[in-house]
Amino acid sequence: MKRETTSRILRTLPREKAFYFFTTIGNYTGESASSLKEFVEKINEVNVKSLEFHFYRGDFKKWVAEVLQDKELAEELRKLQETSLSGNLLRNQLYAVVSKRYKELHTNVVH
Amino acid sequence: MKIRNNAFALDATDLRILEALQDDARQTYTAIGKRLGVAHSTVYDRIKRMERHGIIKKYTAIIDAEKAGAKNITAIMTIFTNPKESEKVAEKLCEAPQVLEVYTSLSEELLIMAKVVAENQESLHAFIANSVAPLPGVLRIRTSIVTKKFKETQFSTVNNPKKLTFIKEKNNKMGENKL
Repeated sequence: MKRETTSRILRTLPREKAFYFFTTIGNYTGESASSLKEFVEKINEVNVKSLEFHFYRGDFKKWVAEVLQDKELAEELRKLQETSLSGNLLRNQLYAVVSKRYKELHTNVVH
Repeated sequence: MKIRNNAFALDATDLRILEALQDDARQTYTAIGKRLGVAHSTVYDRIKRMERHGIIKKYTAIIDAEKAGAKNITAIMTIFTNPKESEKVAEKLCEAPQVLEVYTSLSEELLIMAKVVAENQESLHAFIANSVAPLPGVLRIRTSIVTKKFKETQFSTVNNPKKLTFIKEKNNKMGENKL
């Protein structure tokens, strides 16, 4: 992967492009992620209801594909969506997939 | 009619004219005069003065959105804000056409309450996620979707507490006269 593509995916986004975590329609938790790094951290912090809400609506996949422009991670999230996980199992799997991708990209930039 | 601090001290005739207009703003000066037992010229003068001083803001139509074919949903947003930013948040909300009313409240935390309409739940969520949550100073948001409307009315001279006081005072005076 080109270095500039990696940098684009890892960039810090402006407020209006960040991901805002909700638990249900219109109920914002106060947590947001402005980068892939922050997104990884928030997966472990936010209410699991928020993860379930966004995950099955396809919000994470959409944000990753359209805002971060990481098609590979979006595809991984799509596959995960087929497993119908919930609760902490979902949190753990989501964390595993997203943090693995973050480490790959981060290593690519550093070396 | 007295003017105090750029505002009228409305008398009983003014209030009754306002009440008549709120009942039906299309009725003639003559009809209102007849109803109140005053000359139509008095009604005309009072109305024009109240228009000039902004007491009567405008004449409008109340539309039954459902009968007009609009299938909107209404929601009440409670926005918890950083006190330093709350004014700006409220002003930003006022700019959005889908936000109908905006209020601030000082309870345990500084809150902004806003009434919002949207085409459906998805567009309501998109508006809040894309336009409200990102505003600087927004700490969290609670949204309740309205399921049934029991009452909706405009400010009326009938429910104006000042007027109730006025009537009370007037009645007391009348009572005193009788004694």
